[in-house]
Amino acid sequence: MKTQMSKQKVFISGDEAVALGVRLARPHVISAYPITPQTIVVERLSEMVEDGSLKARYIHVESEHSAMSAAMGASAVGARAFTATSSQGLLYMAEGMHYASGGRMPIVMMNANRSLALPWSIFGDHRDSLSMLDSGWIQVYVEDAQEALDMTIQAFRIAEDAAVLTPFMINLDGFILTHTYEIVDIPDQSKVDSFLPVFKTPNKMSLEKPKSMGFSTSPADNMEFKYQQHKAMLDAKDIIHSVDNKFGEIFGRSYGGMLDSYYCEDADYVLVTAGSVTGTARIAVDNLRSRGIKAGLIKLRYLRPFPDEELRAAAGDVKAIGVLDKDISFGYEGTIFTNVNSALAHLSIRHVSINFIAGLGGRDISIKDIEGIYQDLEEAVTVGKDKSFAKVRYVNMGVEIDG
Amino acid sequence: MLKPEIKNYVTPKHIRDYPTGPSFEAGHLVSINAGWRTFKPVVDINVCTGCYQCYLLCSDGAISKTDNKKIEFDYSFCKGCGVCAHECSFNAISMVKEELAK
Ligand code: SF4
Ligand code: SF4
Repeated sequence: MKTQMSKQKVFISGDEAVALGVRLARPHVISAYPITPQTIVVERLSEMVEDGSLKARYIHVESEHSAMSAAMGASAVGARAFTATSSQGLLYMAEGMHYASGGRMPIVMMNANRSLALPWSIFGDHRDSLSMLDSGWIQVYVEDAQEALDMTIQAFRIAEDAAVLTPFMINLDGFILTHTYEIVDIPDQSKVDSFLPVFKTPNKMSLEKPKSMGFSTSPADNMEFKYQQHKAMLDAKDIIHSVDNKFGEIFGRSYGGMLDSYYCEDADYVLVTAGSVTGTARIAVDNLRSRGIKAGLIKLRYLRPFPDEELRAAAGDVKAIGVLDKDISFGYEGTIFTNVNSALAHLSIRHVSINFIAGLGGRDISIKDIEGIYQDLEEAVTVGKDKSFAKVRYVNMGVEIDG
Repeated sequence: MLKPEIKNYVTPKHIRDYPTGPSFEAGHLVSINAGWRTFKPVVDINVCTGCYQCYLLCSDGAISKTDNKKIEFDYSFCKGCGVCAHECSFNAISMVKEELAK
């Protein structure tokens, strides 16, 4: 990550960083329903609308399903729309999310990653957004408050690109990012205005050119529309790269596009992460490097579209790959692990790859835990030659388990 | 009869010939929607009183008023549900098997 200092620095939470990013992007409509730990985002935005510093219509809805529906209505008349949610609220939006992506409405949403009930929990993991991986939304996972703000601005430009026209979900780890305070650089409004063009869409309701929107198709055409959606998501990769580069030119910060690799060039053991745990993992890598262990790290920034080629390029010739999942797809393994293995399967060499399930329901993941993961990878390479080893492991389980 | 116009549908050759997402200029119907009908409603004009109960109740808007204060069906959109026949107080509508109707 390239950084450059500027004068507008403020000490804010991740939620507040998103709210400031949204204001800079000048949306026309915000429709949202509050839910912990997203609440501060929508509180700040409603204050901004009230004090006039954000010229937008804030729609107070009675549920997340309505929040998504109202955002779609706004997008359908050519308005730039934003919403935010978390966990159960995201699931309550599920029907509308498929509708929005199928209707090619580039709505931007912030999701505060939070565990799913039951057991009830307000703390973080990735089970909410990962369960929506197939909803046709672009998904980015950010590491800190600065990236949260910057990606909020980038999100509108990527989503609204004529080649993409796909809704965009920005994921922030609940509490770890949403509620902790960091120093964040606030970009100039004039620079954001020059970076982010006015939203134009071919799918716009208007009296001059009436459109029939969201029509049904017979089996003769339905598959083509689904393919078209898929193609737009794949094409988004190039746009993601070019928008990130352009952002870097203007604001002095860029994030590596689809993924960010740390010490991977000569690494023997690479850990794959998403979201805020990457910050902890960077420290673990620094510690291991100082002890002469060739540890590397890959932060998957985007999970849809999936950075398969980038992953193969970054981790092509390492000895072992670990994937840290704040998720279990019950009855199989962590979802990110499945996706990573599928990308690596296209390589001629077979990697030792191990899934580390961690941090469910807000369970802490320490630097020591991550150093332990690298140790596991190292052992698996030595032991794995003549003995089978557990492919899926659980970090920081409080009790003993069989197998 | 008030009836949407069917416009010619050119089957796209390439994926880029499709509209971006399921939206297109309004009033552009590309196909009739009556392929699944088994029975079609047939009105006996001599029995019909022009009360327009069927006209009001047809869920597809497939019934029109005629100049002589009777009704007619738009068979391109009638789905054959039989609601009109059921609701007509004068038994002026009968549901006839599609292949037996002329
Ligand atoms: S309900 Fe029967 S009588 Fe009345 S208009 Fe319809 S067909 Fe004629
Ligand atoms: S059969 Fe049903 S759809 Fe057809 S004209 Fe009668 S009420 Fe309308």
